[in-house]
Amino acid sequence: MPEAMDLPRYRRLTAPYYRLEGRRCKKCGAVQFPAREACGACRGREQEPYRFSGRGTVFSFSEVAMAPQGFSGPYLVALVELEEGVRVTAQLTDVDPDEVEIGMPVEMVTRRLQERGPQGQGYLVYGYKFRPALVPKASTPARP
Amino acid sequence: MRDVFIIGAGQTPVGEHWDLGLRDLGASAIRAALDDATIETVDALFVGNMLGGAINGQENLGALLADAAGLLPAEAWKVEAACASGGAAVRAAALSVASGAHDVAVAVGIEKMTDAVSESVTAGLASASDCDYEASHGLSFTALSALLMRRYMHEHGVSREDFAPFAVSAHRNAAANENAMFREPISIEEFVRSSQVASPIGVLDAAPVCDGAAAVVICSRDALQGHHRAVRIAASAAATDTIGLAGRADLLTLGAAKRSAEKAFAASGFGPKDFDLFEAHDAFTIITALSVEACGFAPRGEALKRAAHGCFARGGCIPLSTFGGLKARGHPVGASGAYQIVEATLQLRREAGPNQVPGARVALTQSIGGHGSVAVTHVLEA
Ligand SMILES: [Zn+2]
Repeated sequence: MPEAMDLPRYRRLTAPYYRLEGRRCKKCGAVQFPAREACGACRGREQEPYRFSGRGTVFSFSEVAMAPQGFSGPYLVALVELEEGVRVTAQLTDVDPDEVEIGMPVEMVTRRLQERGPQGQGYLVYGYKFRPALVPKASTPARP
Repeated sequence: MRDVFIIGAGQTPVGEHWDLGLRDLGASAIRAALDDATIETVDALFVGNMLGGAINGQENLGALLADAAGLLPAEAWKVEAACASGGAAVRAAALSVASGAHDVAVAVGIEKMTDAVSESVTAGLASASDCDYEASHGLSFTALSALLMRRYMHEHGVSREDFAPFAVSAHRNAAANENAMFREPISIEEFVRSSQVASPIGVLDAAPVCDGAAAVVICSRDALQGHHRAVRIAASAAATDTIGLAGRADLLTLGAAKRSAEKAFAASGFGPKDFDLFEAHDAFTIITALSVEACGFAPRGEALKRAAHGCFARGGCIPLSTFGGLKARGHPVGASGAYQIVEATLQLRREAGPNQVPGARVALTQSIGGHGSVAVTHVLEA
């Protein structure tokens, strides 16, 4: 696996990783994450950046026991359905594996995803994970 | 496009080949297929492989294997479509002959996985997913299948145990296959008790990490000459879906698998009711279920019910993975799609020995990569 030279790779991902930024179609309003060159609904090319609220529910999940290189298990992963109707794949955090269930409300947090490069001399990649929603969805004020 | 035929098939045993490298395995399968076809040379070689660069430090497999198998100076290159690489290589060879560019071509699928430690293999396999939005977040290949399986269980109201028949039947079919990796039977209890890799997926849901190579010789009608055992490729089709699972509108329909099957049915004139056997991409029991549904052998959500009734076992309505499939014959990832074609060819030539499906005349194979982001489907006819 490439190591030292993939710093620019993760820098390119700052907008989606830190802000959950995707795109919205100027023609039909459909949103997508991650960004693609054409709208997924109408194939329109006129799009603008769109920042997702970070609130959603667990659509499916798994506890990973055997972790790939760069990660150490066990940890939880999930498909999260965002309230905008788009799904995102991410780790779950701050939750007991036994408490996770499909439909559970979650919210985005920024956490350390992995350490790249030689141990202790590499760099840390930060990005989104999801935790159980602290504020129940119904009482959350709508954002502009 | 011209009609194309398979006139030779060869394979190495699947397993942990500590004494054989990429070049040995590949050349061995290619030579076996050429011997079976009783020919010496071909116009082109297409190599299906996924991990040569990532874990063997070897790319340019076209030249490597053309050299090793004595096929120089034939045109040769690698075709990569994750776990569907073997199926894609067969399709590339078939297209090259159908188009008239070549008269005789050989396709080989090959993978040498045991030269790397398991964390590297796990990371290599994860490269078939969306690296920025799945693998970089700790999603292993198994974890992605687990997300599919958990959702399937939730939507269709089934349990982990309900997936057992696919694995049990695969091991039973492998018992008489001397090229299979796992020839021991397993029970439903062992399946349920097997340790979790990524919940709800256990060790016995998953196909093993292993080495192997399989090859077929493909030619035009003009080049057939005296080959009376030729099997016709009645259709070859491929399709894609979103690279990440999160982008699928209906997570539990493998769109690429469904689309490629529909295209293959339309091109061949055959449909689900016409097939005598189905070599399925049973890398995980959940993928088997979704592939069976995508090909129309069961309605959406009904695959496990049919499996429980023995529909997919030997003697059932559509026998699956008749030599043990990826699950028990073994899943050397880039080779599996080619093994499927070799095994279906043996069935249609009535050379399957104890695994013979009586009266087999039309077979379906489906090779799936990246959790359904790419799929290659073939229809073969005796
Ligand atoms: Zn649009």
